[in-house]
Amino acid sequence: MKKTNCDVAVIGAGPAGLAAAISAYENGARDVILIERDKYLGGILQQCIHNGFGIHVLGEDKTGPEYAEHFIQQVEKLPINCLTETMVLDLSENLTIQASSKQGILHIQPKAVVLAMGCRERTRGAIALPGKRPAGIMTAGTAQRFINCEGYLPGKKILILGSGDIGMIMARRLHLEGAQVQAVVEIMDCIGGLSRNLVQCLQDFDIPLYLRHIITDIRGDKRVEGVDFAPLGDEGQPQLDKKISLDCDTLLLSVGLIPENELSKKAGIQLDKITGGPIVDKNFHTSVPGIFAAGNVAQVFDLVDHVSICGMQAGKSAAEYARGELEHFSESLSKVKAGPGVGTVLPQVLSGPADGPLKFYLRARQVTRKALLQLRNSQNEVVFKKKFRTVRPAEMISVTADNLDCSANEYTFELIGEDNG
Amino acid sequence: MQIYDVAIIGAGAVGTAIARELSKLSIKVVVVDRLNDVGGDASKSNSAIIHTGFDAPPDSLESRMVVNANPLYDKLCCDLDIPFKRTGAVLVAVTETEEAELPSIMAKAHANHVDDLEMLSAKEVLELEPAVTPDVRGGLLVPRESIIDPFLFVVALAENATANGTEFLTGWEVSNLTFNENEYTVESPKGEITAKFVVNAAGLFADKISSFLGIDDFKVHPRRGQFHILDKAAPIGTKRIILPVPTKVSKGKICTPTIHGNWLIGPTAEELDDKTATQSTPEGLSDIVAGVVKLVPGVDARYAITQYAGLRPVRTPGGYHLRTFENLPGFLELSGIRSTGLTSSLAVARYGCEKLFKMGLSNKYKKHFVSKRQAIPCFREADEKARNKLIKQNPLYGKVICRCETVTEAEIVEAIRRKPGATDLDGIKRRVRAGLGRCQGGFCGMRTPQILARELDISIEEVTKKGTGSEILDGTTKSLRA
Repeated sequence: MKKTNCDVAVIGAGPAGLAAAISAYENGARDVILIERDKYLGGILQQCIHNGFGIHVLGEDKTGPEYAEHFIQQVEKLPINCLTETMVLDLSENLTIQASSKQGILHIQPKAVVLAMGCRERTRGAIALPGKRPAGIMTAGTAQRFINCEGYLPGKKILILGSGDIGMIMARRLHLEGAQVQAVVEIMDCIGGLSRNLVQCLQDFDIPLYLRHIITDIRGDKRVEGVDFAPLGDEGQPQLDKKISLDCDTLLLSVGLIPENELSKKAGIQLDKITGGPIVDKNFHTSVPGIFAAGNVAQVFDLVDHVSICGMQAGKSAAEYARGELEHFSESLSKVKAGPGVGTVLPQVLSGPADGPLKFYLRARQVTRKALLQLRNSQNEVVFKKKFRTVRPAEMISVTADNLDCSANEYTFELIGEDNG
Repeated sequence: MQIYDVAIIGAGAVGTAIARELSKLSIKVVVVDRLNDVGGDASKSNSAIIHTGFDAPPDSLESRMVVNANPLYDKLCCDLDIPFKRTGAVLVAVTETEEAELPSIMAKAHANHVDDLEMLSAKEVLELEPAVTPDVRGGLLVPRESIIDPFLFVVALAENATANGTEFLTGWEVSNLTFNENEYTVESPKGEITAKFVVNAAGLFADKISSFLGIDDFKVHPRRGQFHILDKAAPIGTKRIILPVPTKVSKGKICTPTIHGNWLIGPTAEELDDKTATQSTPEGLSDIVAGVVKLVPGVDARYAITQYAGLRPVRTPGGYHLRTFENLPGFLELSGIRSTGLTSSLAVARYGCEKLFKMGLSNKYKKHFVSKRQAIPCFREADEKARNKLIKQNPLYGKVICRCETVTEAEIVEAIRRKPGATDLDGIKRRVRAGLGRCQGGFCGMRTPQILARELDISIEEVTKKGTGSEILDGTTKSLRA
């Protein structure tokens, strides 16, 4: 069995993987292999033809393909070995990668691995949507690929379930294509995506948004013919007497994203039940020494810029680990927990005393105005705090804490609003 | 006009099983189905279990068929190269009343000549199946209850029959059936065929087919069964089929492993009138979980990857009716084959053949019947050496299209090229599992249509989910229209 040795192997060539591969090389890794299952580099960015990418990283507002191109060009300039149309089948605890390609099964033995598989969309089945099963039901991301990469429309009369970013962006995209977007239906009492998308994608085009509504039936035997949805009562039960029936030929789902961690599980990496991704330290080191996780594979981010930033850090760390200059976090580490008001937090562990500022990414549990974010140590002392005008679950909070001594066993983030605090 | 010896109406488990049986003979056979593919209605959406018949109505034709069919599966699945597993079932009694029922269930099994059941104490149940509720009071082990892939079962029967000369006409809905001077004319909007013998294996629509010939003494209505399929990674922990103590209406809600490593929970039992009511409902789906959780507490809807609903054909008056009629020589009606039909199909096929022979069908067997069918080589289950060999023979084996189920482009292409082959997305899903994993086609959903379009030489806009009218795309973007 022939094995290809390398310093750093990056799995996935989306924004996290591209940034990680570049950064690994720039930080001294010489043999860098970038593995991508698709024909092209760039991942999901290639189908995101809307703007809003690169404001933080490049100081420019770019479209997805433009943003991807920026990184792809760098990758191509560097001696990074890109394996496209190659699917990683297995990853072991000792970092051996098995992948399939048209050339046969490949074995790669890197000194460090960066996981950058991104995330996948939640499906109809995962939310047990009732009704019939005709053609015309697809995730917003699949529709996006059909429209923006292949040039085909999924339908003409559209209903969108879920107000995630892709759903709202597809509402606008389909409206601009001449399709009739009937409604966006959201189970929660706030939207799932960014406020800017609510304004720019729905409100600007008068697309109706129904908050606190759920789908109660999907009609149509061959193709979708209509969808019924109803408001939720106080007990969370649908109020069928207030049911709304709309005719449509397409139902798009934008009901959440799940970090893609099939490989992480194979490698025995410890996952965080809440984020759905690996538990990582500030270097994005996972529980398996030498395996790093960057971007949406670790936690679903709101902005791709953050994904790239994490990718750069993970790539740098992987290069250092490959050289033997970075240690895995030990047993005596401190844990970072999501306390009251906080949904998720990244990193979840701190290894040793911080040698500089520490960056945390958090998500709020609910919309909170005049919010106060505090970090408490095991003695319940506040060691860091920051105020926000408003925090929303859809918008990630990123904060940098200086001078954290990391001596406590446990740190807890909490978010207090003016109302409930 | 085509003249056949036998025309079979319905390409479900019963129709394809009898087709394969008849393909052993030197006769011309055609199978017609209103759907775009073989696999029928009830045959594709059931609990995927091969029953023993332990709980069938004793002394009934159903009991005889199911009990006789069960032992046929080992050889058939071997011949057809499809997965089949004798997992066994554990029937679990949770309440005192249920516990009191166990001896009569055992007695019923004996009355059905199923003599291999074993009475289990609560401790024994938990030793066999530690994930069963600790409230269990006792149970029964039914060793030969087994699991199968119902899609592959029907597809393999159809492929094997085709290899032996049987024709399949899909998307061919029967609009009339007439008898005139020793032969039958079967009509559909797509044309008509003539046959000396006609087999009504139309399941839910058996009443409609028989009524064309003036037989109005029965009705078939649907009993809907909704199911959840759970993720392979779900921590359910059961190895056998877990059955509740049956009620008068149905076998109750069960929890069974699937042949591919998922779990299946369900079904509901809803009496309906509408033969198209295949929708799942919020109440039905939550009832399933509420029911099954009493047997296996670890079951949770959070692990669901998809749901489906099947319509079991319920005949009134009830019971299996495998009938011939004096005034209709050559007509065989297979009605009342309810949820046990997936199991009984193999015995019904042989029994049905005998009935056709008695009506004068030539029982001359072919000298060169091809009894074996080879499965599409499965990349997912191959070891590394075999994988490399597959890729070397066909580089498309190196291209994984469905990442959840690790299905390669080569397998999808082969599913389309086989006869009868997949002509739509559901056909591919059922043959090679592309799109059946936890992401439910999120990644392969856009690639499989491209492969279908290429292989069938159609435009991607003509690609359907399940036949004409279920196109997945509708037009091009403005830039392409201009």
